[in-house]
Formats: sequence, C-alpha cells, structure tokens
Amino acid sequence: MSIILDHVNYIYGEDTPFAIKALDDICLTIPDGQFVGIIGHTGSGKSTLMQHLNGLVKAGSGRIFFNGEDIYEKDFDMKKLRSKVGLVFQYPEHQLFEIDVFSDVCFGPKNLGLEKREAELRAYDALRKVGLPDELFYQSPFELSGGQKRRVAIAGVLAMKPEVLILDEPTAGLDPKGRDEILHQIKELQQSSGMTILLVSHSMEDVAEYVDRIIVMNKGRVMYDDIPKRVFGHYKELEEVGLAAPQVTYILRELKRRGLPVDGNATTIEEAADTIAEALKRRPSGKLF
Amino acid sequence: MLRDITLGQYYQTDSILHRLDPRVKLAGTLLYIVSLFFFRNFIGYFIAAVFLALVIKLSHVPFKFMVKGMKAILFLLLITVVFNLFLTPGETLVSLWKFTITKEGLRTAVTMAVRLVMLVIGSSIMTLTTTPNNLTDGMEKGMRPLRIFKVPVHEVAMMMSIALRFIPILLEETDKIMKAQIARGADFESGNLVKRAKALVPLLVPLFISAFRRANDLAMAMEARCYRGGEGRTKMKPLAYQKRDRAAYLCIFVYLAVSIGAGRLMI
Repeated sequence: MSIILDHVNYIYGEDTPFAIKALDDICLTIPDGQFVGIIGHTGSGKSTLMQHLNGLVKAGSGRIFFNGEDIYEKDFDMKKLRSKVGLVFQYPEHQLFEIDVFSDVCFGPKNLGLEKREAELRAYDALRKVGLPDELFYQSPFELSGGQKRRVAIAGVLAMKPEVLILDEPTAGLDPKGRDEILHQIKELQQSSGMTILLVSHSMEDVAEYVDRIIVMNKGRVMYDDIPKRVFGHYKELEEVGLAAPQVTYILRELKRRGLPVDGNATTIEEAADTIAEALKRRPSGKLF
Repeated sequence: MLRDITLGQYYQTDSILHRLDPRVKLAGTLLYIVSLFFFRNFIGYFIAAVFLALVIKLSHVPFKFMVKGMKAILFLLLITVVFNLFLTPGETLVSLWKFTITKEGLRTAVTMAVRLVMLVIGSSIMTLTTTPNNLTDGMEKGMRPLRIFKVPVHEVAMMMSIALRFIPILLEETDKIMKAQIARGADFESGNLVKRAKALVPLLVPLFISAFRRANDLAMAMEARCYRGGEGRTKMKPLAYQKRDRAAYLCIFVYLAVSIGAGRLMI
C-alpha cells in the first residue's frame, strides 16, 4: 500500500497574469512506513504538493493513487482519505479554537463520527504521544507556550490515527531544543507505529538526521530523490537553488581538502564525529594537521 | 477558493490610470457613482457603460479579473432583482401563480441591476489601480478641508487604508484555516443551517484570534517607528497635480455633463 503520483501538474491563479506553475509533472512513489524529507526553497511547490496528497488541492492534470485507488475517481471518499492522510499545516497552532486542550484534540476524531468515549481515548493517546504533560490537558490552548501549542495541534491530527502523517515545517519558529524534541518524537512515532511520514522543511539539518529519503523540490519539479547522503553529495547544485547541505558536510569537506582522511559524505553530527575520530586515530601524531 | 475574490484588491501593472493622482481617481469615482443615480433613461446608462469600458481599457487590468470580483456581490444582486421584479406594483406583464411581474417592476429590476454592477465595477477600478498607500494619501489630502470641523482626517484615512490592506491577508488566512480544519475532518458544506453555523466556530475563533494578533503586532510596529497620529507628519512624496491629472478632471466633467444631460432627457 502506498501513495503514487502520476504526472501531477498544478497551476496557481490559472488565467490570471499571476499564474505560477506550482507543480510541474510530478511522478513519485511513496511506500508504506518510509520517513521522507521534502526540502525546497520558499515557493518551490513543496507545500502545494503536500496539499494534493489529502485532496485539499485538486491537481490540474495527472492522477494520484492512495492504496491503489484513484483519489480523483467520482465515488472516491475524500473524507476517508483525509482521515488516513493526516496533514499538519505550517504553524498549526493557529488552528486551535476549543476552550481546552483536550476538546481541541477531540475535534478530529469526533469529525470521523467516532463515539465520544473512543474519541476521548484517541485524544488522550495522541496527547501522550506528543509528550504533553497531563496537567495541561484542561488548560486553554491559548495559554500554552509556542512549542506546547504546536504539540497540541500535532496531537489533533494524530488523534485521527492516520496511516500517513504529513508535517509542513513542524519546527518553524521553535527554539533548537523544541525543534529537536519534536523531531525526536516524530521519529519515535514512525518507528513504533510504522506510520509513513512526510516531513517538509527547508532546513537540511532538520531532515538529514531523521529521514530515510530526501526529495528536493525546485521550481515545481523534483530535482533529487534519493537517500540523504547521495542528495547532499550534490551540495554545489543545491547551493545554486538556494539550499545547502548540512554544516557538518562543509566542515568535513574542508578537513579533507586540508589533508585529513575523513569521510566527506557524513551528514549528521554523530557520523562526522566518528569519522574525525577515526581519521585522528590513524594519524600517528594525533594532531589535526 | 476564497482567493478568487478580487474586490478591493490592487492589481500591479503600469497604465495611465495607475499613474494618476489618487485624488483624481477618488473624485472621479465619486462623480461617476453620483451620475449613475441621475439617469432617467437608458441613454445615460449607455454613455456610462461606454465611459466605463474606455476606463477599463485604459487601466490595463483584464476584464476577466474584474468579473471575478463580482462573485462577491452576486447574492446581493440576485435579491435586488428578485424583490424589485415581483414586488413593484403597477401594470401587470406576466402573472405566474401568486407572483406578478409588472412593467414598472421589470424596469426597476433591470435599472437596479445595471446600476449595481456598474457601481461595483467602477469603484473596483479605483482600488485595482491605486495602492492602498496612495489611496490614503489621496483621501487625506482630499478631505483636509474637513479638519475645520474637527474631523480626524488623518486617522480616518489611516484606518481605511489598514482595513483595505487587511482584506487580502484575512482572506488568505481564512483559506488556510479552512484547509487546516478540513484536514481535521471539518465539514463546512453539508448539513442544515444550524449545523453549518456551528461548523463555522472552528474557523471563526482562530480567525478572530489571528486578526487581533495581527492588529496588535501592527500597532506595535507602528509605535516602534514613532507613529503618533498625523500631527506634524510630512510626506516623502507629497501629492502634486500633473498635466495628466488636469486632463483627467476635464474628461470626468465632460462625461458628467454629457451623461447627465442626455440621461435626464424625457423620451
């Protein structure tokens, strides 16, 4: 079971002078249980692509298959699709509206037509998963901190028990600690539940550490689609489109240039530390240069 | 979705209309609207339509783009036409069950519809060709004489321009929140009236909160730049009439004289 995009095109503001080709002939296959990072510059079409996946935006042409069913088929149940593909928008805390955290998280499951008890169970479960402390459950969502609000909003989507979870810049505007916590929890979620996760971001550091596969979008097209290491190997091309490889990649390349035999393809800090330590061990003097 | 509403938006392009002094456009729009209420026959409307067509042509704004803005008033238009058509007493033309269409009713309905459409298109040309900043400047300077009567001209103009500026922002925000709630299974389209009204709560609460937040941020940003009302405020580019502005005034007055003159003829 998977998501397949078949030659999907989308134009914003068609028939106006502001027409922009947001998606240009996108073909992708996303298998179950994969953790995919989607990166691209502002306006590269990544958010638009995400909104196609749960049918919020209808493609101008092309087809999208979810679990083997064409979602543009007349008798396809969009509501069911939206319960299976959960979409967490950018700054999701702006969608909170209920009087307390718990009722807000219940909103999604209730819309699915679940019984009150089942909805509450799911809400409780989702709030635990995002690591929100119990004592905050009955507070107004507007009194929480930015990071806590975001967790509540993510829980609101998780409570619908989606098979695929799409997160659009889930760490935007958070401090480094909040960012790491949320990304860690997402990774855990993926490993424990086998959920397919699509993480949209423009920060390489964010995605490099967690994802199995990176899709780089540029001007509405898929530029690269590969495992992180190989994508970051193209760091020169990435720079040309306003993106960059993780900072460690640059440090390692520079070290290599200066004669330290490190592995220049490391993308996470841990990998970088390992390869530097190894290179140093091989040096009799133990000195860098 | 909601982004299609173009009423009150600015359309970025270059045309003689875009370069005109905002005061000319404000006065012109006002006079044009007034003229629409003076006509007693269809010749007047015909002249107004020709004038409007010329202005649209000059504005370089695609007509399609303006028509899109009409969607917003479609409902109002429909109500106006239906009520006038069936509820005006007079000489009966057609009688359908309990409803009768009278000659006078038909006449008023058509006039009202034409008037409304021309009025909206006419005024949208002004906002389409004038940036909100320019519009405020124009309003402020044009209304300056009212200060004798203690009218807070600068404040009113500032409020107007902020309101105009916020229309597209709030529309975009509505669109975004709507999508986010649909993604959480919200349903805005089905059910009876009560159910639909209730379904709006998850949309309106976040929208109001964000509007207040934006207002707060804006107020703070303005204060941080030492804004404290119009007192002693100078302009970087003060408005000054050019040759083309005088020519435009002339055109407007010629139009006004001809259309009202012809429009009030008794036939």
